Amino acid sequence: MPHFTKPEAGSWTENYPELGTSPVNYEDSIDPAYYEAEKEAIFKKTWLNVGRVEQVPKVGSYFTKELAVADTSLVIVRGKDKEIRAFHNVCRHRGNKLVWNDFPGEEVKGTCRQFTCKYHAWRYSLDGDLTFVQQEKEFFDLDKADYGLKLVRCEVWEGFVFVNLDPEAQPLKEYLGEFAKGLEGYPFHEMTEVFTYKAEIGSNWKLFIDAFAEFYHAPVLHMKQAVKDEADKLFNVGYEALHYEIHSPHSMISSWGGMSPPKDLTIVKPIERVLRSGLFGPWEAPDIEGLENLPTGLNPGRHRAWGNDSFEFFPNMTLLIWKPGWYLTYHYWPTAVDKHIFEANLYFVPAKTARERLKQELAAVTFKEYALQDGNTLEATQTMLKSRVVTEFPLCDQELLLRHLHKTVADYVKEHTDAAQ
Amino acid sequence: MLPSEFAALEPFNAWVLESERDRYSKRLASSMEEMQTFYDAAFPLLEQASDHLDKFPLSELPEQERNLLLLMFSLVNVSFPVEVWKQARVPDSGAAYMDLVVEPKV
Ligand code: FES
Ligand SMILES: [Fe+2]
Repeated sequence: MPHFTKPEAGSWTENYPELGTSPVNYEDSIDPAYYEAEKEAIFKKTWLNVGRVEQVPKVGSYFTKELAVADTSLVIVRGKDKEIRAFHNVCRHRGNKLVWNDFPGEEVKGTCRQFTCKYHAWRYSLDGDLTFVQQEKEFFDLDKADYGLKLVRCEVWEGFVFVNLDPEAQPLKEYLGEFAKGLEGYPFHEMTEVFTYKAEIGSNWKLFIDAFAEFYHAPVLHMKQAVKDEADKLFNVGYEALHYEIHSPHSMISSWGGMSPPKDLTIVKPIERVLRSGLFGPWEAPDIEGLENLPTGLNPGRHRAWGNDSFEFFPNMTLLIWKPGWYLTYHYWPTAVDKHIFEANLYFVPAKTARERLKQELAAVTFKEYALQDGNTLEATQTMLKSRVVTEFPLCDQELLLRHLHKTVADYVKEHTDAAQ
Repeated sequence: MLPSEFAALEPFNAWVLESERDRYSKRLASSMEEMQTFYDAAFPLLEQASDHLDKFPLSELPEQERNLLLLMFSLVNVSFPVEVWKQARVPDSGAAYMDLVVEPKV
C-alpha cells in the first residue's frame, strides 16, 4: 500500500510514458567512446553551473574552474563594469594557462587588477582585452585588439553563475525553464555561509547523480546512521517520495522531512537532541525574510509532511532545498568515463551565535558521513558494471529520476551523433 | 586555554583544532577509548558551553571562548564514532575521502 498518492497513470514512471518501464542498460557509464560523445553532445552544449555570485564579490575577484569534461579551464571574473564574465583560461600568445598558482591543474581564486601571463608577461584587462605585449615591436603587424581572451557565455540565475561553451545556446533562463521560474524569490542571497566538500570518486558521473536522485537506498545503505529501533522501522517502511516531476531535461523529487524536528526525540542521536540539528539541518529556521511565503515551485505536491525538494538541473547540478531554510548543491564533474570530481556545497544563513554555528557544524559533519558511504559504494558499482556480466537493470518507481537521466543523456548523444552524420 | 568554568576540559586541549581537516585526521588517528574519554568529559558540558558562548557575538569571541568552540567542533566530529559507529572510520566508506575545502571562519 503506497503511503502517498500516486498519479492516475498508476505510477510516477507511467505518468511519463516516454520513459517506459523496462530494465535500463548501463553501458552509458562504462563505454569510453560514449563518454567522449557525452563531452561533445552535453558538456560542450548545455548550461553548467560553476559557482555563485558571492565568489566574485568585487571588481577583480576571480576564480578558475577546471572543465576536464570540456577539455578546458575557465576563469570567471567580475569586470570594471561589475559584470561577471567567463573566459577560456588560455593566453593568446603561446597558449600557456593564464591563471594558476603552483600547480596548473589546481583551481585558484583571488582578486587582481589584471591578468599577467607567467610565460612572457602578456597582460589582459579584467574585461579580457589584451593590454600589454612584452617587446611589442618584435612582432609582425600585431593588433592587440585581435588577441583578447576568448569569451565564454556566462549568465546568472538567482545568484548562480552558469557558463555555456556553445555560443548558439538558448538563454540560461529559458534552458532552466519551469523549475527555475518556480524557485525565483527564494532567499538564496541570504544563505552565504558555505561549507564546500570535494572528493574524487571512482565512478561515472551519472552514477552519483543516481545515488542522490533516489532515496530508496537511504534506509538500507545508511541504516547504521539511525539508532537501532528507528533504523529497523525505516527499513521496514522503505522509502516513498511525496511527489515527482519532470520538465525535461530537468527533474525533481519532493520528500518528507519527518526528522526535523522528530516527533520522538529518542529516535535521534544524543548530540542531535542537544544541538537540535542533524542530517536534515538545524531544526529551527533562521530569522530572515522569504521563508514564510515560499515560491510556488517548492513543495509542488502541497503536502503537510514536506521536508525538502531536490532538483536535478541537467546535466550535473543538484539543488536541494530544506524546509527549515538552508540548501545544498552537488556538482559532478567528469574527468574520465570511470571517474569524476564530486563537489558539495552546504549553504546557511550566517550564524550569529556559537550555538547556531554548532548546529551547522553538526549538519555538515553528518552530511560528510553519509556522502562517504555513497561515494565508496559507487566505486563498487562501477567495477561490477564494467564486468558486463549483467547489462540490464530493473529500476523501480522511486528510481524514476535515474531512468529519466539516462534517457536524457542518450537523447542528447543521439541527436548530436545524428546531426554529425 | 579554556574559560575557567571549563577547566575540566583542559586535559583535552589537543582537540582544539583549527580546521575540519585537522579534526577529522585526529579522529582517524585516535582509538575508540581516547574518543570515548573525550566524549564523556565534553558531552555533558555541551549545553553549558553553548550557553556560555552565546553571551558573545560569534565574530568577536575572546581567545579562550574561541578555543572552547573549536573543542566543541571536535566533540561534534567524534560524536558519530562514539554514538553510532563504534569505530573511527565511517562504515562502508573504504578508501573514500572527502575534503572540506571551504568552511566558515570563526
Ligand atoms: S604564452 Fe602567455 S605570454 Fe607567452
Ligand atoms: Fe545516500
